[in-house]
Formats: sequence, C-alpha cells, structure tokens
Amino acid sequence: MTVDSQGTATAGPQDAPGRAAGKSQTPPPSSGPKEVLQPPRGRRSLPSGVLPYLLVAPALLSMAVLLLYPLIRNVILSFQQLNRKEFITRETVWTGFDNYTELLGDGDFWTVVVRSVVFTAVNVALIMAIGTAIGLLLNRLGKKMRLVLSLALMFAWAMPIVASVTVFRWLFDEQFGVVNWLMRTLGFSGYDQHNWFETGFSTLVIVLILLVWGSVPFVALNMYAGLTTIGSELYEAAKMDGASGWRTFWAVVFPNLKSFFMITTFLEIIWIFKAFAQVYAMNLGGPDRGSETLPVFAYIEGVGQFHYGVAAAISILTIVMLIAVMSFYFRLILKEEEEL
Amino acid sequence: MSAATTTPTPQKLRTRKPLTVGAVAKNLGALVLAVVFVFPVYWMFSSSLKPQHEIMTKDPVFVFTPTFENYKTATGVDLFWTYVTNSLTVTIGAVLLALVVALAASFAIARLRFKGRKGIVLIVMMAQMAPWEVMVIAMYMISRENDLLNSIPMLTLIYFVMVLPFTIWTLRGFIAAVPVELEEAAQIDGCTRGQAFRKVIFPLLAPGLMSTSLFGFITAWNEFAMILMLNKEKESQTLTLWLTQFQTAFGSDWGATMAASTLFALPVLIVFLFLQRKAVGGMTAGAVKG
Repeated sequence: MTVDSQGTATAGPQDAPGRAAGKSQTPPPSSGPKEVLQPPRGRRSLPSGVLPYLLVAPALLSMAVLLLYPLIRNVILSFQQLNRKEFITRETVWTGFDNYTELLGDGDFWTVVVRSVVFTAVNVALIMAIGTAIGLLLNRLGKKMRLVLSLALMFAWAMPIVASVTVFRWLFDEQFGVVNWLMRTLGFSGYDQHNWFETGFSTLVIVLILLVWGSVPFVALNMYAGLTTIGSELYEAAKMDGASGWRTFWAVVFPNLKSFFMITTFLEIIWIFKAFAQVYAMNLGGPDRGSETLPVFAYIEGVGQFHYGVAAAISILTIVMLIAVMSFYFRLILKEEEEL
Repeated sequence: MSAATTTPTPQKLRTRKPLTVGAVAKNLGALVLAVVFVFPVYWMFSSSLKPQHEIMTKDPVFVFTPTFENYKTATGVDLFWTYVTNSLTVTIGAVLLALVVALAASFAIARLRFKGRKGIVLIVMMAQMAPWEVMVIAMYMISRENDLLNSIPMLTLIYFVMVLPFTIWTLRGFIAAVPVELEEAAQIDGCTRGQAFRKVIFPLLAPGLMSTSLFGFITAWNEFAMILMLNKEKESQTLTLWLTQFQTAFGSDWGATMAASTLFALPVLIVFLFLQRKAVGGMTAGAVKG
C-alpha cells in the first residue's frame, strides 16, 4: 500500500506533491483491504448500469480528442513530406518511410540521440545519488535543522521552470554573473569574463546543474518521507548487530524502499529525457545546435528548419524510446498494485 | 536514564547530547546544502530589488537599499496585463474544468464497480505520462487546420487535458480514503446517493480538491513548449513567454529581468508554501477515528 501511494506521489507531473503524497500513504490502505473484503456489502447497493460510464465519459472523451488524436496525427505526419512549400500550400504529400530512413541514416540525428541518452543518464545518476544522500541526512538531522533544509529544498522545488532558467542565466552571466565572481574569489584564474555558454557541452552542463538542483528536492523529500515509515526498531536491530552505516543502508533502507528507488529512477529518466523548457530556454539549443536534446531537436527541425514531417518522425522516435522506458515503469507500478 | 523518567523536551535532550564531530559535520553539511538550494531563489529576489548600478558590478553587492524601480520596468512592458489575464484565464480555466471532469471520473473509479474499470485506471496512468513536449508539432498542425492558433480557449483545453489524469489519479485516492461507512450511514439516515456525496464526501474532499487543484495550477502555470509553439501572436501569449522574451527584449537589464522572474515565480512559491501548511494530510483524521 505504501507503494500505491508512492505511485500516486511520483506519477504526477514534476511538481507533484511529494509530501502530500507521502502523507496520502494513509488513504490507500483503508481502500485496499476494503475493496477485497467488502464488495458484496459496500458495492451491491451502488447503482450499476450506465452511471459509471456516464461519469467517466467526459474524461475519456477529452483525452481521446486532445491526447490520443494528436498522437495519431503525429504518426500520420511522420509519413508526410511537410516542408516550407507543402506547409504554405497545405497540400498532403505522402513519402512513406522517407523521413525515418533519412533520419536513421543521418549522423546528426545519432549525435543528438547519444547526447540525449548520456545527458539523461548522468543527470538521473546524480539526482538519485544526491537526492538519496540528502534524504538520509534529513532523517538524521535535528528538528530545527531539518526544517531549514526542507524549506530550502522546497524553494528549489517550487521554482517555476522558466523562472529558474532565467535566474541560472543570470547566475552564470558572462560579465556580472555571481558564479564568475565566486570562481575568482575562490582563486581560480580565467574567470574574469568566462562565457559559460560557449559550447554546446558547457551549456548542457549548466542545464544539468539546473535540472539536478530542481529535481533533487523531489527525491530527497520523498526519500525522507519513505524513511520515516521504516520502523526505528529495524535501525536499532541493525545497530545492535554492529552494522555500519553503509551496511545499514543496503541491508535495511534499500530493501524497504526498493520500489521507491525503482519507480523514482524511471520517473526521473522519463522526465529528464523529455525535458524541453530547461534545455530550450537556456540557450535555444545552441550554440550551433550543440545543446539540442531530442525534444529540442524535433522542435528546431520543425519550426526552425521547416521540416515538419521530419520533426514529426523525430518525435515519434522519441516517444518510442520513452515508451520503452515507460513499459518498465508501468510493469513496476502494476506489480505493486497487484500486491495490494 | 533520567530522560526516561522526566519527560524529555527536545531542548533538554539537546543540551545533554555531547557535541561530537559527526554532529557538527552533519549540521554544517545541512547548512551548506540549504544555502546552495536556496541561493538561486534568494539571488533572483535580491537582484530584483537592487538599483541598476549595484547590479552591473563585477563584485556583487550584498547590502543595498531596496528599490522597486525594476518592478516598474517589468510591469511597464506593453501588454503586461494582457499576459497576466491570459495566464490566469488559461490556468484557472484548465484547473476548474479538470476538477469537475475528474471528480466524476474518480468517483466512478474509486466507488463504483463496472466493467472496464481496470482499463480506465490504466488509461489514466498512461495519460499521466503523456510526452506533451514532443507532441507540439502535431498539436500545431491540428490547431492550424482548425483556426485555433493563438487561441486562449484552445490552450485552456490542452492544459485541461494535461492536468486531468493527475487530477483523476489523486482525487481517486482521496475519495477512496473516505470510508464507505460514512456514506452508508448518511444513506441510512435518509440521504439519497447524490445527497450523500454532496453532504458527506464532498466536504471531506475539500483539502484534497484544494491541493490537487493547486498542483494543477502549478503545472499549467509552468507550461512552456505548447504555448511557445501555438501562440505566436503577442496578444495571446502568457507570462511564461513574456518572461523568456524579456531577456532578449531588455538586453542586459538583469534587474528588471529578475523582477519579472520574481513576479512570475511568486504565485507558485506562495501556493507551494500554502500547500505545505494547510492542505497536506489530516483530511479524514476526524471522521475515521472512533
């Protein structure tokens, strides 16, 4: 049941209520057993027939029109040639798999794929490691210090994406940025007017810092919420057995929160892989298209280069990769659901 | 030992605890981390209050006389109030729509048994993970064909579907948390099903509705890819785009840019802190006990 609530918690958008969900760990238990034990009594009195379908119809209908249909259209578009000419004349030109073969044979596409995968991997590894460490630290802090740190995390978490990108541009500003000042103060040379956005790589490093900064609070606070559910007697037992901190983590904490780790890791992979605003708003995918990840690549191929068909194919390939990751995620979630 | 007999207040405990190296390191580490995480937010806020000449310096100024000049510049931009109105219309419209539609759906999922229920739960879960950021091209073509580019209602509808799955999912949890017994008791006392829902479940759901809608609000407020693609006309843009374009429009007027960021971030920061204090937990605490 803890798991169900974690699913609830973590399956939300980036700003999902970790804390709120952490607390909502109470609801599912009460519903879980009830569902098993009480159907004859609690449910029989409920009207069957069309009512449930009427109730879910608006939700399903709106998702069909504004989510399923665009997805289908995306697939259709990826089989069309839709460059500047077709875009203006609005004619439909079918090209079969041309967009895909063109992409798969294109070195640039593979560069972006590799870049996106490496970028995601490094990001998620850092987020999980730092988030877990801070979660563990929160659990061992005194009341006051814990409040201070949670509050600081909360601020980073709550910061709207576009605002935080703007602030990071200012922090890393070439002329008056506070980071250059900090580097000078710490005694590094060459930071008089260091341009942090000089290359695609350096730009992505800044985006990475931004993403880690913005994502760690979610992991850390949820981790802490999860840790509080582990009974203290387990720690005490481990302590009595003379287990070291490291061993306590792997023997007590990790097995208890394994599903939390797995689910959060997959969620972060999905979130980071499809992150658009952070990457695009930071430097518009530049310089020289050097910081484009797949979603940004698709956008710029379409809007910037007027290759809407190719852009649609890129997004379909991105979605396919995402679905591969999501299938693991759903398998995890469904397994947990069955355990209820 | 004496701690066991006297009721130990945290303070008493703390004075008794020896100041170990580990404890110092732990707290110091926490403090450094807190500073690192809060600094960008603090820097945004403080820069927004600095006079121009104290921003454009090689060595940052930490003590200064606050001024609201930057806010005047930021809000003095053409169409600023249009952006505010658009942002509010889109987010509030999307969240309200989502609440109504989700309330019905989540009630059915949480309380009624019907064929296909599991399938619907699965659909909601998958819809929650929809990669909206990569669907902008298709959405653009659809909007273009139907003359819905630069349309506030269209954007509202898209945001509505964006927050809908999450809203259904969370409300499902909140509704399931209300004991069926309460509803039954109301029905025994002569309520109809509808009345039982309105008078018993709904009031208990209030905190859940609030926190869910606030998170929906944050999602919609934050959205960037879709509006960037769909609403290119100035009049139909929101604060999100205003903020990203501010930087380019104002060159290196970082004071005004930070004022703009602060204005954009403030509603969300307030909502977030509010959520922590008010909406979290305790929703059925009174009802379930006993």
